[in-house]
Amino acid sequence: MTDATHQTQTNDAQMGDYFALMKPRVMQLVVFTALVGLLVAPVGVNPFVGFVGILCIAVGAGASGALNMWWDADIDAIMKRTTNRPIPSGAVQPGEALGIGLALSFFSVILLFLATNALAAGLLAFTIFFYAVVYSMWLKRSTPQNIVIGGAAGAFPPMIGWAVATGSVSIESVLMFALIFMWTPPHFWALALFVKSDYGNANVPMLTETHGRRTTRNHILAYCVPLVLVALGLGFTSIGGPFYLAVALGLNAWFLKGCYDIWARSDADSEADNHAVEKHTFKVSLYYLFGHFGALLVEALLRANGLTAWAGW
Amino acid sequence: MAMKVEHEMHERRKGRNMGVFVLLLGLIGIVFGLTVVKVLGLSDIRQMERFDHVARPALEPGALEAAERRAAEIAAEAEANAATTGGDN
Repeated sequence: MTDATHQTQTNDAQMGDYFALMKPRVMQLVVFTALVGLLVAPVGVNPFVGFVGILCIAVGAGASGALNMWWDADIDAIMKRTTNRPIPSGAVQPGEALGIGLALSFFSVILLFLATNALAAGLLAFTIFFYAVVYSMWLKRSTPQNIVIGGAAGAFPPMIGWAVATGSVSIESVLMFALIFMWTPPHFWALALFVKSDYGNANVPMLTETHGRRTTRNHILAYCVPLVLVALGLGFTSIGGPFYLAVALGLNAWFLKGCYDIWARSDADSEADNHAVEKHTFKVSLYYLFGHFGALLVEALLRANGLTAWAGW
Repeated sequence: MAMKVEHEMHERRKGRNMGVFVLLLGLIGIVFGLTVVKVLGLSDIRQMERFDHVARPALEPGALEAAERRAAEIAAEAEANAATTGGDN
C-alpha cells in the first residue's frame, strides 16, 4: 500500500450540498402547483399514492436541476449569482451531479409509473428531458427566447399532478400549464430589468442584452395580455368558479397595470427611482401565480362543500 | 495489535452516510406503502396473484366472471335445496 492510497479528500460533499443541486427553491413552486393540479382534479386519489406522486414530481424536478447544474457548471462559475452553487464552489464534482441527476430521473419516473400511471410518468420524463436537454443544452445559450420556451418545463407540474389523479390531459390541465407558461416571460424579464446580470460575460443571450431594454418592456406587456386571457379563461372551466374568478380579476388587473407601467416608462425613469416599478411588478408576479393556484385550491374546497351553488355555478 | 477499524473518513462521511441510510429506509417505506395501498385497492383480492409473472388463465377476467356465475348458481341451487328440505320437514 503506498502513501498515495492514504491520501483523502477533506472537502467531501455533505447531504446539504447534494440537496442544493436539486434547486430546492424551484422545487417549492413545482410541489405547490403539482399539488394543486392533483387536488382540483375531479377524481380522488388515495392519499398515500398522491403523496408518492407529488414526491416523484419534486424529485424529478430536482433531478433536472442537478443535470442543469452539471451542464451549466462553466457559466455558473462565471456569473456572480451562481458561483456559490455546489459544482463551481467545489463542494460537488461534476460527475457526481450527473450521476445523481440521471439516477434520480430514472427512479422518479419509474416510481411514478408504478404508483400512478404511464401518462403521468411519461409527462415527468418529458419534463426532465425538456429542462435538461431542450432548455439547458440547446436553447439557453442560443436564443434570447430561451426562457419563453424553456418556461414550459416549469409549467408541466400541475399537468402531471392532474394526470396522476385522472390519467388524462384535459382543457383544465392545459390551461393550468398555459398559465405558468405565459407567466414565466414577464416574471423573468421584470427581474432582468432591475438585476445587474452578468449573462453577457457568460455568453448567455438574455433579451435585455440582445435586443435592449426597450424591446424587453414591449415583450413584457405583449406576454401579459394573453396571460390575462388564459387566467380568466381558466375560471370558466370545471375547476373555476366565482371565488377563483373574483381573485383572478383582482390579480390580473394588478399585474396588467404593473406590466403597463413597465412598458410606459423609459430606462431613464427607471434609473431615477432605482427600478421601483420593475421591482414592484416582479413582486406582484409572485403573488399572481401563488394567488391563482391558491384560489383554484380554495374553489375546489368550496365546491366539495357545496358552497358555490349559491352563485348558480 | 488491536485492529483499527475506524478511519477518519468514516467520521467525515458520517453525515452523508446517514442521509443515504434514511433515504433508503424512506424508499423501502414507500414501496411497502404502495404495495399495501395497491393490494387493498383491488376489487377482488385474487387479482393479486395476476402479478406473479406466470400466466394464470384461471384469473383472466372471463374466467373470473364464469367462476362467479358458477358460484352464484351453486349458491342458488343450495338455497333451493335447503328450501325443499325445509319444506319436507
